[in-house]
Amino acid sequence: MDKSGKKNRREFLFTASYTVGAVGLGATIWPFIDQMNPDSSVKALATTEVDISQIEPGKAITVLWRGKPVFVKRRTPEEIADAKKVKLESLKHPEKDEDRVKKEEWLVMLGICTHLGCVPLSNKGEYNGWFCPCHGSHYDTSGRIRKGPAPTNMEVPKYEFVDNNTIKIG
Amino acid sequence: MSEHTYTPSSKFGKWFNDRLPLLTLSDHLINYPTPKNLNYWWTFGGILTFCLVTQIVTGLVLAMHYVAHADLAFDSIEHIMRNVNYGWLIRYIHANGASMFFLAVYIHIFRSLFYGSYKSPREIIWILGMLIYILMMATAFMGYVLPWGQMSFWGATVITNLFSAIPLVGESIVTWLWGGYSVDNPTLTRFFSLHYLFPFIILGLVVLHIWALHVPGNNNPVGIDIKKPSKDTVPFHPYITIKDLFALLIFIIIFSGFIFFSPNILGHPDNYIPANPLVTPTHIVPEWYLLPFYAILRSVPDKLGGVVLLFASLLILLALPWLDSSKVRSAVFRPVYRIFFWVLMIDVFALGYVGAMPAEGLYLLIARVGTAYYFLHFLVVLPFLSRIEKTDPLPLSISEPVFTGMPKPELMRSDNRFK
Repeated sequence: MDKSGKKNRREFLFTASYTVGAVGLGATIWPFIDQMNPDSSVKALATTEVDISQIEPGKAITVLWRGKPVFVKRRTPEEIADAKKVKLESLKHPEKDEDRVKKEEWLVMLGICTHLGCVPLSNKGEYNGWFCPCHGSHYDTSGRIRKGPAPTNMEVPKYEFVDNNTIKIG
Repeated sequence: MSEHTYTPSSKFGKWFNDRLPLLTLSDHLINYPTPKNLNYWWTFGGILTFCLVTQIVTGLVLAMHYVAHADLAFDSIEHIMRNVNYGWLIRYIHANGASMFFLAVYIHIFRSLFYGSYKSPREIIWILGMLIYILMMATAFMGYVLPWGQMSFWGATVITNLFSAIPLVGESIVTWLWGGYSVDNPTLTRFFSLHYLFPFIILGLVVLHIWALHVPGNNNPVGIDIKKPSKDTVPFHPYITIKDLFALLIFIIIFSGFIFFSPNILGHPDNYIPANPLVTPTHIVPEWYLLPFYAILRSVPDKLGGVVLLFASLLILLALPWLDSSKVRSAVFRPVYRIFFWVLMIDVFALGYVGAMPAEGLYLLIARVGTAYYFLHFLVVLPFLSRIEKTDPLPLSISEPVFTGMPKPELMRSDNRFK
């Protein structure tokens, strides 16, 4: 074998060694990074059932789901009408009210401001929906962002009506 | 570490030093030649070392009594305050110590800005210092979360949510930081672990910071290079040690004033309410030392934009030695820079003030103007000014104005400015 062949073989061995070493290092580091992700016990608490029979029109309750507050609001006809008559073009994050509810009387959404995660106050703000005290975001009666630094509407979680008086979140 | 050769006087010392030159370090604490004109603004390095040691010692003790668990943390703090012998004292030292640490570090940084201590050949000292400063903020933030009061919880929520502004991976990063879907027990325990670790990383960086300092030696109020050792220098001990000690004494008196007479004045009453994930306090403010950056964050009506400016306002400081290319270090000889230095100072104070106020109306306007000036100062004013400014003549040595009968260099400038 000539000299250049030997050199190529050596370079191949170097590259192969580095590659195996890098993959091994990555595989070793990964458990130390992934241990910080939600553990099995946190993931296990993924659904919450809520009794909504006691909620009067115009009132809302806040329940905890995955450690996060969820607003369950029974809206009045005026609030529903308010939410429906808004022109989509005037919204920062255009979503129809119909797409945000399953039954129009019930608004279920994460009570977390999409700016930096504070809990907005209900029946406050310039749109009679929610107002976030931290950095001044205003939401309407459909939980849509109307004014302030929050980029998107309050998130609607996955939920379903188990029966007329119970919803299951998650 | 330096060109000085050091020989221990005792026979054992010599034997030891030949095998491990540890005693050579002591030379840096005794004979180390220091500019003879260092003023009291130069005593804050020593004061900061004291602060770091104080935080580590008190923190070590607090960790013996504190319980890092979402259900127990708040009560364990009250246990420290009421039951543990001298627990109240140690906790108040630790809590106010953080504020005193930042007070000292801000003076230290502004001293560096005024006298140009970040300039060649001291860029690495400056960068290490900025890394220490950024780590200090991270450490203080995580420490504030540990009592698990309302401000702890919601401060942690808001600050960790900053990362959710990152496009695409933001949400996953926040979930990873939390170890769940909200700030909860996993977040608390990892913050405790890191809050314990970071001070030792800071300690390591402080060693490098001082090492890097001892290569070129101290800058000085005149900002000129000096021969070492010479008539312009004095030995570190006893001249500087005694000056540092005196300043430290004054500092400790003020520190004690906070601890014994108004231990909660720098804290927030809401943090004596246990954390409640369902209710956000009506007015969230971070600790005072983070307020200017909080004002920058809130001045932008866009989530990503605000977060980008917040991080940019810190990272821009790392580039300072290259943004300001003026060869003259001290603001004493830079008549125009001196004005802008004070403008920046006022700007940072104004940002701090509006950071504590609601983000609306006039406050928001001031925050926006203040943020704009902050970036203009570093990105436009300094690069431009350092090229066109006509600086005052520098003395040849620290001693020269004295020996040649000139008045103090600080006074000399007023005669020269209009020539």
